[in-house]
Amino acid sequence: MVEKKPIILLALVIIIVAFPLAIYNGKGESLGYFTGSDDQGPAYITSTGYVPWFHSIWTPPSPEIESLLFTVQSAIGAIIIGFILGYYKGQASERKKENQ
Amino acid sequence: MHIAEGFLPWQWCLFWYIMALPVIAYGVIQIKKVTEEHPESKPLLAVSGAFIFILSSLKLPSVTGSSSHPTGTGLGAVLFGPAAVSVLAAIVLVFQALLLAHGGITTLGANDFSMGIIGPFAAWLIWKGTRKIGWSTSIAIFLAAVMGDWLTYVTTAIQLSLAFPIPTFEAAFVKFIAIYAYTQVPLAIAEGILTVVIFDYIMKLRPDILRTLKVIEPEEPNKNLTRLFNG
Repeated sequence: MVEKKPIILLALVIIIVAFPLAIYNGKGESLGYFTGSDDQGPAYITSTGYVPWFHSIWTPPSPEIESLLFTVQSAIGAIIIGFILGYYKGQASERKKENQ
Repeated sequence: MHIAEGFLPWQWCLFWYIMALPVIAYGVIQIKKVTEEHPESKPLLAVSGAFIFILSSLKLPSVTGSSSHPTGTGLGAVLFGPAAVSVLAAIVLVFQALLLAHGGITTLGANDFSMGIIGPFAAWLIWKGTRKIGWSTSIAIFLAAVMGDWLTYVTTAIQLSLAFPIPTFEAAFVKFIAIYAYTQVPLAIAEGILTVVIFDYIMKLRPDILRTLKVIEPEEPNKNLTRLFNG
């Protein structure tokens, strides 16, 4: 039996994420759209004349490498959740079989 | 909510380290205690950490026309308490500071204080409060995760306004709230929904662990478990 609740909820998440992309369609970073709030903060602080006193020890050399490392981060998380919940799922169906 | 490397005067870096470190230390003790008393909870601790790994790596677009990322800390806060999450969040923040130049080592104390302590603490309080007045687990975990996420960003705005009260704290706060907290509203809601989905699934598969961790009450009749055992 497929449960409807998680499917509806996940669809809702997709709508929340896709909606801004639809309403600002065609507008990109060059127009100031979808820049990160984590970048806007420092940009504003720099505009007040503040000079950061320490810099990152290592910075990803290109946006490609940065996205690689972000992907690695989420992949690590995803494989752990998939493994453990998959294991639980298998246990649950074993229990179900034994009780039949 | 990642305050970039070097973007806090050193006095503030030190201040937030002093605020965060005792909680992280307490969290380490708590994690040791819970995993020794209930070894069966270890996989859920890993799931909580992994959930933070995923959600904090996803930079999502917001209706404000900027983008930001959720925190993923609400789940762990409800399962293991805020102190344990301060440790999990610190691991993620170190990973991002060293490998992604996202956040920083100097600002680690401040970032862990917002993402690992205030957010999860709010989530944990809201979970406890809403459950006490009898709201369903889905609504309770949703509100906990949404507010945990959002208050993390409010905390960042407060931290930056304290460090850069230009021209005044209030004026700076209005500016930083506009950057961080408005963008975050839809993302916090998305995080809340995702947390409901994973929490429901855990509750369906292993309600026994949630009971040992005292996340849900022992006497609460669980239809799923009965269904599971009765075939």
